[in-house]
Amino acid sequence: MSQSGPTAEPRVTWPSNGISEVPFRLYTDAAQYQREQERLFKGPTWNYLCLAVELAKPGDYVATTVGETAVIVVRDAAGAINAFVNRCAHRGNLLCLERAGHLKEFSCIYHGWTYDLTGQLMGVAFEHGVKRQGGMPPEFRKDEHRLLRLRTAELGGLIFGTFSDAAPELETYLGPDVTRGLLRVMNRTPVLLGRSTQVMPNNWKLYFENVKDTYHASILHLFLTTFRINRLSMPGGIYINRDGGNHYSYAKLDYAAEDADYKAAALRADSEFQLQDRSVVESVDEYGDSVSVQILTVFPGMVLQQVRNTIAVRVVRPRGVDKCELEWIHLGFDTDDEAMTERRLRQGNLIGAAGYISMEDGCVGGFVQRALQYNDEGAGLVMMGGHEAESQTFRASEAAIRGFWKHYRALLGE
Amino acid sequence: MDEVTVRLGIQELIGDYAERIDEDRLEEWPDLFTDPCRYLVISRANFAAGLRQGVMYAASRGMLLDRVFSLRRANIYEPHRYRHIVGPIRLKATEDAAAVVHSNFLAVRIMHDGATTLFASGLYLDRINTSTIPYRFSERIVVLDSEKIDTLLAIPL
Repeated sequence: MSQSGPTAEPRVTWPSNGISEVPFRLYTDAAQYQREQERLFKGPTWNYLCLAVELAKPGDYVATTVGETAVIVVRDAAGAINAFVNRCAHRGNLLCLERAGHLKEFSCIYHGWTYDLTGQLMGVAFEHGVKRQGGMPPEFRKDEHRLLRLRTAELGGLIFGTFSDAAPELETYLGPDVTRGLLRVMNRTPVLLGRSTQVMPNNWKLYFENVKDTYHASILHLFLTTFRINRLSMPGGIYINRDGGNHYSYAKLDYAAEDADYKAAALRADSEFQLQDRSVVESVDEYGDSVSVQILTVFPGMVLQQVRNTIAVRVVRPRGVDKCELEWIHLGFDTDDEAMTERRLRQGNLIGAAGYISMEDGCVGGFVQRALQYNDEGAGLVMMGGHEAESQTFRASEAAIRGFWKHYRALLGE
Repeated sequence: MDEVTVRLGIQELIGDYAERIDEDRLEEWPDLFTDPCRYLVISRANFAAGLRQGVMYAASRGMLLDRVFSLRRANIYEPHRYRHIVGPIRLKATEDAAAVVHSNFLAVRIMHDGATTLFASGLYLDRINTSTIPYRFSERIVVLDSEKIDTLLAIPL
């Protein structure tokens, strides 16, 4: 779909050194897409891999991707979590085809090379040949070969990985505010409620920017205002880490006043724009701090969401310059009773591919991508709330988007 | 009631369901369910793993109606419609006032500009209340073969 092949001009031109004007070619340029894979996803960034509870026992593994790169995460015999590329050191074959499973060692189906759970090469079929013919040359040493490793870190029951030795420790990378925001939501042991994947016809960055865009929410998503639900939401704010790429935004809600307001409205029988069944929004203040929405991002591709009592990790996975996949990982916690699980499931209608307040995000990126088709000169504007990427006490702002571009430009060297 | 009559009643309900959606008579869609009811759209992978969260869920006729009202009044998406093709209808079990019925479906999505794609395939797992005529779904679980959904899911499947 892009008009720019790999042989096109190698650099996208930014109109200034700032971060409030973003060239449209960043979303259409195939060479740019390649550089992002190398410098962002394989660069000094931390990427969500899986939940720690998915790796309960030694030998439990998850096969996933970081950017477009296939990766395996596994708990080894000593209980440590290892991650490495899902690629045999011999001929590059995929080692794990299933999304998740349990095994004692990794064995390549192609030529039978085996690796232990730390990724160390342990076995080479016919290493010494057959009847003393063939075999590996005498200088070949198995202990010099292993699966290419990622560093891993765990925070709040979430496992992250990085390809880079230059990436700072995870909590340093996130910064104190975003670390606090992550641990606020992930304060119990998560339980997987389900997962789904939305395939989006747009560059991955259009989705990630959308998540950081606190300006669009009440304009594009009309469900809450149409049904007069969010009338009592209180101002919130945005925290952005120093490098800019990670953020969280939040808004508070007077839960008790919302409930009273609803009961009063029901008495007026003013039904046309009222929900027939209000259980889709009936929420409890489970964190005890009145925060009803907290959207947190970890550069370059993870989102942690609390919308009322829905908790989800979302992972944006680039799949070519004009396509991406968004995986939704819906969570509850081990402390939930049946009423809480049912509450989360009913509120689950708010989010996901069919979510009342999220489905528009699935198509709006595609609309932008279509508009940019052979029409990608110039730059878009992200100057709502100023030109900087600082934390703010209001949400009608594009500061978190500017933060994304700040970190992006630094890592791309642009 | 003899089995042929039951089968005809089931076939009528399942056909009516597809017709109301495909003809954009969504306001009449919740009437095909009992109240309370259970309507769940979930991927095969989640369903097989015993996971409960899908992409759409309703536990009452009111929740089904709210889905329709939201589509009509609040949500923004490109106009499109479906064509449901419902495959063999298998009567798996009958009880005093209920029938357990499985059927296959394909849902073709036709966008406003004519772009036509196979949007979803899967299995309807139904529990049908046969105590009153016409029959009504007390439960319809839409098990999607794929866990991938192209762009968004607006109209119910």
